[in-house]
Amino acid sequence: MIPAAFEYHRPTDLQAALATLQEFGDEARVIAGGHSLVPMMKLRMATIGHLVDLRAIADLKGIRIDGAAVRIGAMVTQQELIADAALARAAPILRETALQIADPQVRAVGTIGGNVANGDPGNDMPALMQCLDASFSLVGPNGSRAVKAREFYEAAYVTAREDDEILVAIDFAAPGGGYAYEKQKRKIGDYATAAAAVTIRKDGTACSAASVAMTNLSDVPVWSKAAGDALVGSACGPADVGRAVAAALADIAPTADNRGPAEFKRHAAGVVIRRAIERAWSRA
Amino acid sequence: MNEMAPISREERVEKLKGLGCSRKRVEDVRFTQGKGNYVDDLKLPGMLHGDFVRSPYAHARVKSVDKSAALALPGVVAVLTAEDLAPLNLHWMPTLAGDKQMVLADGKVLFQGQEVAFVVASDRYVAADAVDLVVVDYEELPVVTDPFKALQPDAPVLREDLQGRTSGAHGDRRHHNHIFLWEAGDKAATDEVIASADVVAEEMVYYHRTHPCPLETCGCVASMDTVNGKLTVHGTFQAPHVVRTVASLLSGIEEHKIRVISPDIGGGFGNKVGVYPGYVCSIVASIVTGRPVKWIEDRMENLTATAFARDYWMKGKIAATKDGRITGLSCHVTADHGAFDACADPSKFPAGFFHICTGSYDIPVAHVGVDGVYTNKAPGGVAYRCSFRVTEAAYFIERMIEVLAIELGMDAAELRAKNFIRKEQFPYHSALGWEYDSGDYHTAWDKALKAVGYADLRKEQAERVEAFRRGETRKLIGIGLTHFTEIVGAGPVKNCDILGMGMFDSCEIRIHPTGSAVARLGTISQGQGHATTFAQILASEIGLPADSITVEEGDTDTAPYGLGTYGSRSTPVAGAATAMAGRKIRAKAQMIAAYLLEVHDGDLEWDVDRFVVKGAPERFKTMKEIAFASYNQAIPGVEPGLEAVSYYDPPNMTYPFGAYVCVMEIDVDTGVHEIRQFYALDDCGTRINPMVIEGQVHGGLTEALAIAMGQEIAYDEIGNVKTGTLMDFFLPTAWETPHYTTDFTETPSPHHPIGAKGVGESPNVGGVPAFSNAVHDAFRPFGLRQSHMPHDHWRIWKIARDLGLHG
Repeated sequence: MIPAAFEYHRPTDLQAALATLQEFGDEARVIAGGHSLVPMMKLRMATIGHLVDLRAIADLKGIRIDGAAVRIGAMVTQQELIADAALARAAPILRETALQIADPQVRAVGTIGGNVANGDPGNDMPALMQCLDASFSLVGPNGSRAVKAREFYEAAYVTAREDDEILVAIDFAAPGGGYAYEKQKRKIGDYATAAAAVTIRKDGTACSAASVAMTNLSDVPVWSKAAGDALVGSACGPADVGRAVAAALADIAPTADNRGPAEFKRHAAGVVIRRAIERAWSRA
Repeated sequence: MNEMAPISREERVEKLKGLGCSRKRVEDVRFTQGKGNYVDDLKLPGMLHGDFVRSPYAHARVKSVDKSAALALPGVVAVLTAEDLAPLNLHWMPTLAGDKQMVLADGKVLFQGQEVAFVVASDRYVAADAVDLVVVDYEELPVVTDPFKALQPDAPVLREDLQGRTSGAHGDRRHHNHIFLWEAGDKAATDEVIASADVVAEEMVYYHRTHPCPLETCGCVASMDTVNGKLTVHGTFQAPHVVRTVASLLSGIEEHKIRVISPDIGGGFGNKVGVYPGYVCSIVASIVTGRPVKWIEDRMENLTATAFARDYWMKGKIAATKDGRITGLSCHVTADHGAFDACADPSKFPAGFFHICTGSYDIPVAHVGVDGVYTNKAPGGVAYRCSFRVTEAAYFIERMIEVLAIELGMDAAELRAKNFIRKEQFPYHSALGWEYDSGDYHTAWDKALKAVGYADLRKEQAERVEAFRRGETRKLIGIGLTHFTEIVGAGPVKNCDILGMGMFDSCEIRIHPTGSAVARLGTISQGQGHATTFAQILASEIGLPADSITVEEGDTDTAPYGLGTYGSRSTPVAGAATAMAGRKIRAKAQMIAAYLLEVHDGDLEWDVDRFVVKGAPERFKTMKEIAFASYNQAIPGVEPGLEAVSYYDPPNMTYPFGAYVCVMEIDVDTGVHEIRQFYALDDCGTRINPMVIEGQVHGGLTEALAIAMGQEIAYDEIGNVKTGTLMDFFLPTAWETPHYTTDFTETPSPHHPIGAKGVGESPNVGGVPAFSNAVHDAFRPFGLRQSHMPHDHWRIWKIARDLGLHG
């Protein structure tokens, strides 16, 4: 558990960080909270010649809320998400999700940007971002671009971000209505056995909008359009929820690991999704 | 005004902070401030760092080891392989179980993580880089991780060094992967009872492989002083004196030239009893280089390569009359010992004290047989927070009782009460050869059932089952019962030894002239709080306040010889030595007091902290006065000074017991459980420090929770460890830990000087079956008999699925 030697860079602005990435190419990687990257380095599964630490770049911090528009800097920690009162009012599902990530010590250092950009299917924020239809702002040598969370994840640890790009912020519109992030895990600090993020809006007695996304049930986060569609227009009764769950389950491909075989995860996922929908509906 | 108002007897007792007082742990002042001094805190001038090249394969031939690239790296001082150790005859070492074990791979590797080469470098980072540069050429061999498959005729030969050897340290070997068959009890009589019984319940009970996983991993700093020829080894040793003796026998260095020091130890739980290749390699490297060498394991190395626990397949048969009177018990164990038999048991007991498996019950006839088997897994088999193989035994019998209750259609609490050894039967001779010193099981059991409202719980459970069947809930209630009997305090020298060293223990006391004292013991605390509790024993014996008594352990140059701390032996053995040494102090103090008071010895009586002239309470000498007098008075016939030493050979083991009840809510759809209530009644005899006992019980129960509900060392079919990090190896945090209600009865040990029995391990012994029985009990109404631990979410879910509860 001793990493190989590496050079450590701590730029204070984004241009300097990008320049360092340019200079060292494949040898360089940005580090945010480091809770995925550092263990990989200690296990020598990742050997990084140049670590570019983003924590001294002030522009990557901060949570801005302008009406329904929410912008979260990539280097905002999970603890800052939890503690932000305005965010808790605008999009309480962020707080509910962040509270289920790791433990307080990890949350004090781990960042939302690292969580979404690393491409680890076990991370919780990617599914939530897909649920919220968030977009990720990337800055690279050729300027900036935005990529939808629903289009960002290609395979485990493979994303639409180019090696020389840095994720700077996450934008989404506060969904309003009911919400839930439901997660089954073995213990504190664990990745999900199954988890689901759900937002629902209600118009009168019927569901007017719904979004369902899932964590750690495929090699990428899974947003199930069909699950949301199954709820819209319904009163979210047991049969409606059952249809939504069935649709969501059709979109996942869990694999066996120490948490259990795929069939168990599929079954647990069904329960977790159902509970998330029911809780979100009860809050809508 | 110099005269102080005389204080009352009660106040004097209180001032001592002796037996029965919830004295705050004196160790915690440094531990809670991060000021402990652990082996990795030690930095000696010129110190080098060692690191291992380990095998990625579970079974492979080592064709070559090329260390040239590693040696070329600046800062690398040496790379040791078996070839380098062979001339010193240190490429293999004896195990505590009478087997031998490779220090570094000698031609082949037998488990994943096995030590292949030892790199020594000027700093820790260079050592790790050099490990990557050692090129090992392996040729993979077929792997066996299942002990039953290992005993098949065509199973691969694991231990080529033993080929052709038809007997080992514990008798005949009937197969090339067989280690021993060890038996106790009367097989013929047991078979006969079972064959003719009204009812026989038969079940395979597996206690899975797990690991003690202390917070501090294993490590050492070996330092050879080439000028005076003295070797000092600082390390995480639960038995420092035994390490000194073994080091002397292995190295040829005379024992007085070896000093072993156990500094603060961050938990041991049996993991730090044995001798590991890292210690041997560090010592050799220090001798070769003339510089201190530090070796500290990381967490993955600790979990994959140092001693595991359990891994017992226990096939049981329990016989009873129709009305639930147990008539006989048989058990055959297939014990997976891994690649080398490195169990840390008393030498004559290759299956430890497993034959305590008749538990708390009066079973007229019984038989056990234990087959030890080699597999391609890490060696070990230590007593993880228990006496030797006692958790396995307690789990076995407490599961068999539950299975028998199902077979009989009886309530499991009632079945237990019907078969308990009765109070008047003690001392009780068990069918498997033990003499239980004392117990009062019915009192404890009744108290426990009453405390939890057992009848109401059963009623609620039945109502829940009905509601479940009606589709109104998806949660079931399990009521986990356990009545366990421990056997601790190894042990009488006549039958307990480790490598020939009798399992006595020791205490040496020096009283200083001004009335304070230092006590040194052969044990070593790993968090148990010896510095607190042994001072309390002594305070009550010699009348000096516990706060004025320093307890020192762990330095073989100063402490008297002892066998160390494991198997809850410190209080039963070293605690007894402490009391006995204190009594020697008091006997001499009485002579001094008699001289000072000008009376006959027999005219004095002991009163808390002083000797008083009988019938003249105003005439007395306090221990503080006597201590001073012992150094400044010429007393005819009495040597100056006030010191004593005691080596205590216990006449018997002690037999703590307890009654635990766990109430668990189980979600049948997700396998998620919640511990609603946990009641733990412990009887550890005389209670030295109730607060320390409570802490011990909480800790032991939490480790039991871990083991029962998720903690395991799992291998895949080719011998890869699947649970080598704390992401997958379950170590509960405060979040997962339920609230515990502790309670007690007090049945003193009749043969122990203060009646104490030991408690540190009881909650693990009793806790595991309580948690596991709760899971089983929840599904009993639906037909579950046995489902193996650990009861993690998916395995509980699988129980429900297999019973058809998912619709």
